[in-house]
Amino acid sequence: MTSEEILAKLKPIIAIYLPEDVSVSAIEENSSLTGELNINSAHLVDIVLDVEDAFDIEFANQDMEALHTVKNAIEIIQEKIT
Amino acid sequence: MKQRVVITGLGVVAPNGVGVPAFLTAIKEGKSGITFQQKLKDLNFSCQVGGVPIISEEQKLAYFTPLQLKNFHSNGILYGVMAGMEALKDANISPALKKDDPLWDLGIVFGVATSGVEKFREAIYKLDEGNVRRLGSTAVIQTMASGISAYLSGMIGAGNLVTTNSAACSTGAESILMGYERIVSGKASQMLCGSTGEDGPYIWGGFDAIKVITYKHNENPTKASRPLSATASGFVPSSGAGALLLETLESAKKRGATIYAEILGGSLNSGGQRLDGTMTSPNSTAVQKCIKDALTEAGVSGKEIDYINGHLTATSKDSMEIENWSAALGRKGKDFPYINSLKGMVGHCLAASGSIEAVSTILQMHHGFVFPNVNCEDLHPEIANLIASERVPMKEVKTTINVAAKASFGFGDVNACVIFRKK
Repeated sequence: MTSEEILAKLKPIIAIYLPEDVSVSAIEENSSLTGELNINSAHLVDIVLDVEDAFDIEFANQDMEALHTVKNAIEIIQEKIT
Repeated sequence: MKQRVVITGLGVVAPNGVGVPAFLTAIKEGKSGITFQQKLKDLNFSCQVGGVPIISEEQKLAYFTPLQLKNFHSNGILYGVMAGMEALKDANISPALKKDDPLWDLGIVFGVATSGVEKFREAIYKLDEGNVRRLGSTAVIQTMASGISAYLSGMIGAGNLVTTNSAACSTGAESILMGYERIVSGKASQMLCGSTGEDGPYIWGGFDAIKVITYKHNENPTKASRPLSATASGFVPSSGAGALLLETLESAKKRGATIYAEILGGSLNSGGQRLDGTMTSPNSTAVQKCIKDALTEAGVSGKEIDYINGHLTATSKDSMEIENWSAALGRKGKDFPYINSLKGMVGHCLAASGSIEAVSTILQMHHGFVFPNVNCEDLHPEIANLIASERVPMKEVKTTINVAAKASFGFGDVNACVIFRKK
């Protein structure tokens, strides 16, 4: 899968957890999940579970620690599906 | 001077009506909320009837965001939030804006017995499979006892005491008195009080096991809950939530709020499981003392009580409760106040019962009626010997209720009694 394809699949997953005042168009490669996207940090674990289900992969504790931006997510997914 | 405490908002989620307008119509008509529960039958319960509020997805979305409803399996929090937010809106109080300070003078005491049991069950299955990492972010907040007060506080921005009380079936009445005392002591000017109860086999199973719920009316659910009746054979388990917004008379007047009733006082005590009291049965001496102490605190005599909203669950203890009321108030026969039990219509909402029944009490005072005792066509002879049958109305009675008493008694031998005066 290309980064673009992963991002397309990732967007609707992340969108569920966006606060009401952040639009889906704000989800870009470089956006920080708890920064610009202002996602409640407690929801990061939910995003990871949804990503695991969608891509049939499993995040390790270290992956969770490395997850800050959308780009991080794409890279972790890319590595696990190839 | 002691603060006077009034009720300016009501909210309710009951098996026979969701929201105050629907509930008011239902209790006037004596509408039953008890239905056959296939799930209980499938699981070999003796009792296969129960009372469960009917809530649409649309109603849920009026109170929760889609994100809050994701992986949401705590109907106690659902019912409590709906009742609590209805009471707040009814009192015409707006939540604090996110950018502003919380409402420092508004607190919450919202009780439960057990929270998020379905969520807990889901978590246990995952845990036992070694999948703790898959619990997600909501396992804690939906199963902690204080989940309901935490959800409400987040929606409202409450900045005073925010807590959850638990005292079995007297939880709801206790929450009202805890909020009342907070205001009387001058530590808060508004308190959202109430309680919520969940439903389903994992909540009700223990009651089925100890045979305190009825198994005799599975074919005829609306006849199953029979408080005060000679054929009462155990209570019917149910669920829901009730909420009352309490505030100082001063604050209510300043805001121009609708004042439903004043809380004159009340009493909380325990029989200590001494004398005839046990873990599951009340100590009559303590029950009478609770009622008498409530009257003293309220500054009214037993003669002034116009109406009693009983605990009256439809077990063999109903006669004993009437005996206790009669002794505590010093009244019997035709001189006894009007008395009824909401449980004939909705069953026993357990931790939620006291608050839902308190809402029904305030509605009767405000609208001038006594709702009918449902399924009490065969008044228990022991009760008929103590009080005149006309004091246990079978049909709605239009009357003025100036002073009302509401009591709840719970496992652990704990008691609560609240005295209200009409405004």
